[in-house]
Amino acid sequence: MSAFVALLGRDIRLAFRAGGGAMLALAFFIVMAALIPLGIGPDLKLLAKVAGGVVWSAALLAALLSLDRLFQADYEDGSLDLIALSPLPLEAASFAKIAAHWLTTGLPLTVVSPLLGLLYGLPPAAYPALVLSLLIGTPAISAIGAVGASLTLPVRRGGLILPLLVLPLVTPALIFGAGAISAALNGLSNGAFGLLCAFSFVAVIVSPFITAFAVRPNLAG
Amino acid sequence: MFQYANPARFMALSGRVLPWLAVAAGLLLAAGLYLGLIASPPDYQQGDTVRIMYVHVPAAWCAMMIYALMALSAAIGLINRHPLADLAAKTAAPLGALFTALALITGSLWGKPMWGAWWVWDGRLTSFLILLFLYLGYIALWNAIEDEVPAARATAVLAIVGAVNLPIIEFSVRWWTTLHQGESIIRAGGPSIAAVFLWPLFLMALGYTLLFFTLWIVRIRTEILARRARSLILAEGGAA
Repeated sequence: MSAFVALLGRDIRLAFRAGGGAMLALAFFIVMAALIPLGIGPDLKLLAKVAGGVVWSAALLAALLSLDRLFQADYEDGSLDLIALSPLPLEAASFAKIAAHWLTTGLPLTVVSPLLGLLYGLPPAAYPALVLSLLIGTPAISAIGAVGASLTLPVRRGGLILPLLVLPLVTPALIFGAGAISAALNGLSNGAFGLLCAFSFVAVIVSPFITAFAVRPNLAG
Repeated sequence: MFQYANPARFMALSGRVLPWLAVAAGLLLAAGLYLGLIASPPDYQQGDTVRIMYVHVPAAWCAMMIYALMALSAAIGLINRHPLADLAAKTAAPLGALFTALALITGSLWGKPMWGAWWVWDGRLTSFLILLFLYLGYIALWNAIEDEVPAARATAVLAIVGAVNLPIIEFSVRWWTTLHQGESIIRAGGPSIAAVFLWPLFLMALGYTLLFFTLWIVRIRTEILARRARSLILAEGGAA
């Protein structure tokens, strides 16, 4: 357990210090969401309608930014081999890395999302759905993203094909997440939350095993 | 089944089967096209555009069947560490992408006269677009990893994860109210379309399937031969 906490703490510290991607992902999220209204015009009614989809798409892309370094940096400097040598099973180590990625990207995005709701003129009734859907759904992005990151580990510039691998696989999160927000906008309940929970839960449980399986052949010895 | 997984045996057997398979595919496609385009009546509602069905529906069926076969081959390659299964999965992917693209294009051509739009964000269309992206990601991953063994392993994991996720994607996109028609061939109570339309469709579906198997075998044979050529060049010490 202490090894798990140590790895989690290390990854979080690395993400927040120089060269880490945590703040960059957050900045990207805000800038991208702020750019869309410049493109489609300042009509607040229209913006409120697309807010859910825009916030969710921006969250997906922002989470992708730091994903390619999830294992790559540790792979290159050899610390991945040391992590594998530790008493912590590689599956648990993968889970720690997924958790650290979520704590440094998904969670900050969720926290600032009400601000974006404000920019998009989202009615107050939709705020709980906005925050809750991101809170539930972003762990799935980190988890499935980790699978993609582990698969591109042997690729020299894995970050380039990572979006092509990960984005089709996370479409359910996007559909249920944005769907939950638009349902709240229209005062409906469509069960999207339950499905988002189920998808996220299964992704978070299964991904560490797939990730560890894909990481293992890349280890030295 | 695994006795044919020996490349030499596979080459001998597939070489004998291939001409018959190609001829059968050609005959079925010719018969299906004749029945579908000339001998069958136009639909009373859709007119002649109904004939697009004979090239569209089998392509969509094949696209899904190929993904299943690709994921199955990848799983066999992953579990049994058999290079021929890896080759089978690798060579199926471009064909699957092609059939998916064909289904999307013919569907778009059918959608314009029927729905009045080349593209609608309907559940069926969207999930097929995502299927195309999955194929492209799989092909890109094969191309990105230089060594054969890690490439086969990573792509196999991707194919299997994709296979597990596909039904979820399919289900999730149905949340949009759907314009595409529901099942009309395999359903409780028998097919809901008339036999005159069913026969050419059936022949075309069989023809498409055999066409895929023909092209698949050709691609696997080519890959095996290319490897032999490469190892021969290496054995002679030549710089290829």
